[in-house]
Amino acid sequence: MKLEGRIWKFGSNVDTDAIIAARYLNQSDPKILAKHVMEEERPEFSRKVRKGDILLAEKNFGCGSSREHAPLALKAAGISCIIATSFARIFYRNGLNLGLPLLESSEASEVIQEGDRVRVHLTTGEIFDLTQRKKFLGKPIPPFMQELIKDGGLIRHLKKKRLKIKGYRSVRPRTI
Amino acid sequence: MTITEKILAAHAGKKQVAPGELLNVRIDLALGNDITAPLAIKAFQEIGAKKVFQRNRVVLVPDHFTPAKDILSAEQCQVLREFAKSQHLSHFFEIGECGIEHALLPEKGLVLPGDVVIGADSHTCTYGALGAFSTGVGSTELGAAMATGKLWFKVPESLKLLYYGKRNPWVSGKDLILFTIGDMGVDGALYQAMEFCGETIQNLPMASRFTMTNMAIEAGAKNGIIEPDEITFQFVKSRAKRAYRIYRSDRDAIYAEIREYNASKIFPQVALPHIPSNVADVREVGKIEIDQVLIGSCTNGHLDDLRVAAKILKGKKISSSLRLIVIPATQEIYRQAIKEGLVEIFLSAGAVISPPTCGPCLGGHMGVLAKGERALATTNRNFRGRMGHPQSEVYLSSPAVAAASAVKGRICHPEEVMRKGT
Repeated sequence: MKLEGRIWKFGSNVDTDAIIAARYLNQSDPKILAKHVMEEERPEFSRKVRKGDILLAEKNFGCGSSREHAPLALKAAGISCIIATSFARIFYRNGLNLGLPLLESSEASEVIQEGDRVRVHLTTGEIFDLTQRKKFLGKPIPPFMQELIKDGGLIRHLKKKRLKIKGYRSVRPRTI
Repeated sequence: MTITEKILAAHAGKKQVAPGELLNVRIDLALGNDITAPLAIKAFQEIGAKKVFQRNRVVLVPDHFTPAKDILSAEQCQVLREFAKSQHLSHFFEIGECGIEHALLPEKGLVLPGDVVIGADSHTCTYGALGAFSTGVGSTELGAAMATGKLWFKVPESLKLLYYGKRNPWVSGKDLILFTIGDMGVDGALYQAMEFCGETIQNLPMASRFTMTNMAIEAGAKNGIIEPDEITFQFVKSRAKRAYRIYRSDRDAIYAEIREYNASKIFPQVALPHIPSNVADVREVGKIEIDQVLIGSCTNGHLDDLRVAAKILKGKKISSSLRLIVIPATQEIYRQAIKEGLVEIFLSAGAVISPPTCGPCLGGHMGVLAKGERALATTNRNFRGRMGHPQSEVYLSSPAVAAASAVKGRICHPEEVMRKGT
């Protein structure tokens, strides 16, 4: 899977309150969320972001609240992929579950600049900065999660697998 | 194995697991609230699921924007209410019997030692104080877990955080965890399990333990956990309505890192804006005047928290320069606070009492901040704009520091308003 887009660069510890403030969480319409995404952090972001753009950040991107509205807002705004030095773990799971690819690379996060055109190979984790003509290797997404992304997120993945809902077994294991 | 590894192994039907291993884990309890559950219910329906995996293992708690702050919030609660009704859920809590989820579930005996609990709320890690593996997930995962009763997890590495020495006067679990986050950073435990142990933890009351595991997420951790002991059993015994298991870490368990903290050298702490790791000793922050003090939240809305605040506020008035909001975390805590005369003390001091709600902690309602205002709160996050206007500021502290500061009008050590050692 290949993606190509223009870079928006952010710093460290961008929290989910900054991505989408709680005052917009009395609903979950992706279009409304996209209108307010990164509102305080970068007021022009929601107006200027284009479909396919790639978000670049430093460490611990998406820390704080578990609100799935955060990756949902970014995806709805058009962001096709996020590259960061590291991700907060709930955000990481949420992104992949929504079919939003996330790649970890500290080198890419340092060198790539705002506005650069970047191509990403999700299968190999390769990141090409077409503007600077530089190549970085991100931590590849585990095959199990690549399948999720390919299917378009957890829901579609489960549907595809023709999920059979099993009864809950309340038997507890004996070994401690 | 560590306690975290043992619980995950047992719930995946395995004898032995190691960090990094991917497991399909059986869920004992799945939780959603009025912000996250509507999306989870949508996901549940999109999968094509008809019934939740077990109707007494899915819990819905409308606590964030309740009592409904506006029409949209009321509609979100409606989604929960209708789903709970159609699925015949045993545990849907209307506001009259409600409370902040992470105080409510332990109080009702719904989460127990040895459980695997997932919740679409990042502070789900709170239940680790009971010796359970509990962690926050997103809405889509909650939807999937409600349908299947299972979820995949990577076994986390464990960090051993060892606390020794006697706590100083007015030092609570909040100060210990703020100090720890200040030491480790907001991603210091990223993807890892934080195992709190040592003599200081063994002597810590349940409320303070909940405060510590509650804020494990603020260090980026997957879960926070404390081995159950006599204090845990005392808390659980009258509440548990089903069997539970006790797990303990082996002596030869492998940890990614072991850190030691001398509690006798930790004094009341404050986290300065705009990140929970920006921590300082309360005596070293200088003169910081505040507009609002909030005592409450899933972190510090327990009965013990209200008791310590009342002890400080008894017979005193809050500074005329600020507002004090007290939010008991659950209806039961509220009732007990009335019985013990705590509410009377708060009212006489000049506080306003809010019904149980997450409300102002996330800038929802019941005490949102205006531009340029500064709050001292016993909550868990002080991100920019967290409690209201993007140009407002949030400082975090224990209930003792919050109550004392409400009297002084500026952030201060409780000793400034109380005689030493009382």
